[in-house]
Amino acid sequence: MEQRCILDPEGNLISEAPVGLDETERLFDAMLTARLYDRKCSAMQRQGRLATYAPYEGQEAAQIGSAAALRPGDWMAGTYRDAAAMWMHGYPFVNLLLFRMGDERGGCPPEDVFILPPSITVGGHMIHAVGLAWASLIKGDDRVAITYFGDGATSEGDFHEAMNFAAVYETPTIFVCQNNQYAISMSREGQTRSATIAGKADAYGMPGVLVDGNDVLAMLAVTTEAVDRARSGGGPTLIEAFTYRAGPHTTTDDPLRYRPAEEVDEWSHRDPIVRVRRYLQHNGRWDHDREQTVLDGVAAAIEAAVAEAEATDPYTAIEVFEAMYAEPTPVLKAQRDALLRDQGSA
Amino acid sequence: MPEMTVALALNDALHIALRDDPATVVLGEDVGKAGGVFRVTDGLQQRFGADRVVDTPVAESGIVGAAFGLAIAGLKPIAELQFMGFSYPGYDQVISHVGRIRNRSRSRFTAPMVIRMPYGGGIGAAEHHSESTEAMYAHTPGIKVVVPSRPYDAKGLLLAAIEDPDPVIVLEPIRAYRAIKEDVPAERFAVPIGEASVVREGSDLTMISYGAMMRDTLSAADYLEDDGVSVEVVDLRTLSPLDHETIVASAKSTGRVVVVVESPRTASLASEVAAIVGERALYSLLAPVERVTGHDIVVPLKRAERHHIPDAGRIVAAARRTLEA
Repeated sequence: MEQRCILDPEGNLISEAPVGLDETERLFDAMLTARLYDRKCSAMQRQGRLATYAPYEGQEAAQIGSAAALRPGDWMAGTYRDAAAMWMHGYPFVNLLLFRMGDERGGCPPEDVFILPPSITVGGHMIHAVGLAWASLIKGDDRVAITYFGDGATSEGDFHEAMNFAAVYETPTIFVCQNNQYAISMSREGQTRSATIAGKADAYGMPGVLVDGNDVLAMLAVTTEAVDRARSGGGPTLIEAFTYRAGPHTTTDDPLRYRPAEEVDEWSHRDPIVRVRRYLQHNGRWDHDREQTVLDGVAAAIEAAVAEAEATDPYTAIEVFEAMYAEPTPVLKAQRDALLRDQGSA
Repeated sequence: MPEMTVALALNDALHIALRDDPATVVLGEDVGKAGGVFRVTDGLQQRFGADRVVDTPVAESGIVGAAFGLAIAGLKPIAELQFMGFSYPGYDQVISHVGRIRNRSRSRFTAPMVIRMPYGGGIGAAEHHSESTEAMYAHTPGIKVVVPSRPYDAKGLLLAAIEDPDPVIVLEPIRAYRAIKEDVPAERFAVPIGEASVVREGSDLTMISYGAMMRDTLSAADYLEDDGVSVEVVDLRTLSPLDHETIVASAKSTGRVVVVVESPRTASLASEVAAIVGERALYSLLAPVERVTGHDIVVPLKRAERHHIPDAGRIVAAARRTLEA
């Protein structure tokens, strides 16, 4: 299966761009934003200000390009490594940060954001995007649902059930597999004997597309095609974004135990941001000062979100009981009252 | 008032739910054309169409997970899992997602959905078809669990589950599906979730049970009444959240408690009821709480199943121990 590519690593267009330079610049700025946020989170984790963090550096194009193909109101169900896609689709930094600080309010975005809190279990959320999209068919609206997962998740039984349900009911679901070559330490080759992950789509009777996941323009193009097909009644699509996790699985991981430094170095030459910078440069649309201005603005916005998140008081003993049900049950009220009675007695 | 079995009462509730709310969707294996293996969904697809009464691929995680997505998007899915013994692939969705979404999104997203499943033994079914692992579901935060024992409660609890703003598991006792008939109102009504029912008042001892074991419990109560023992019988009806107040009030009033379940004994609903009584009614007790339960064994197959599921004899024996204590 051939890999779709529009912008090569040198920043040259090798086929027609799906958008003009203004929009490309917007995607470039979004990737800069995503990278800055990601690095900020890793730094905050080392300072003890965030719980374990799962960096996505290297995968910005896969996430920003695909999320850019959505409309407001479309559903998204992603994972702990998909903050760039979530942010691109409207999830505020402050919620992303709260989630990473270990606060459930991170999972509560504003009312006009239709993004589920990130799935921590691997693979179980793909079927949710099938149900969300299926609801559009039943209700007669035109919302699609996109779901993100990694190469490891394709080994889960839930991948099969989700792909099968989506194909059987022709739900408007877009499956985006970010094949970043490793599921923690397990290589893609150890995960499946299939030549490609995209090829698995054949077995379900849906289109499968292999795309250079480090090419934001190609990601936007293939996802737009999948979204248009889904919205017009053409059913689901599996997209395999061929990419690479530049950093560790999480901040607790040492990737040099399972992958060679040369491989990491090789992929660094395929960086998703560098090629767009080169492309903009070739077209007279990039200069250092402009990029610095963008980064300064993003840094200020992130700092403001960090300040807001860190100013949020932790939940009280009363509040931890409040969102299990629409109303706390009598059993929960009794447990809450017992906690309030006894907490701090010694 | 029409006379109904448990199966018919459930079917009637589903008809009403689909009729009254266009957002209601029934999905599961063989629920459409075949009308369900126990015929609980009989006639629904003919009346409401294949888009609202949906035959699914054989995939329990897929059924529960898709229903979860439908619920978040504003529909009211009622999923059927064919047997409790086949529910465990879907249990991952229940414990990992269905029971958590309200809390992990602080109520921004909710999953008001119903999962129906036949449970329990006593009909000599094949392996995996007689499971009684309700404690697993009752132990799971964020969901509610109801279990009717009779036609009236079957209709009322299922409709209450459908109206509930949170996910509800409806356990349907297989051997009670067609064993009991009673008059059930034709109109829509609900039996409140979280309320046990004192189905018989008495003063000498309390028997507490639910689901299919209610029939054997009532037979045992009849037997003891003939001997002049006044037996109070409580049908829990909801396993999560448990109605502590009714349990404690009855235990305090009689001073003797026998809890009857067909599930394995350890960490069962019987254990929980005994603990509640121990915590809140100990000084009213005249005898130790008796638990009459299945054993911590795999449900024996047809020819030896009777050694596992309690019968009226075992319940009477336990009751006599409390009376003689």
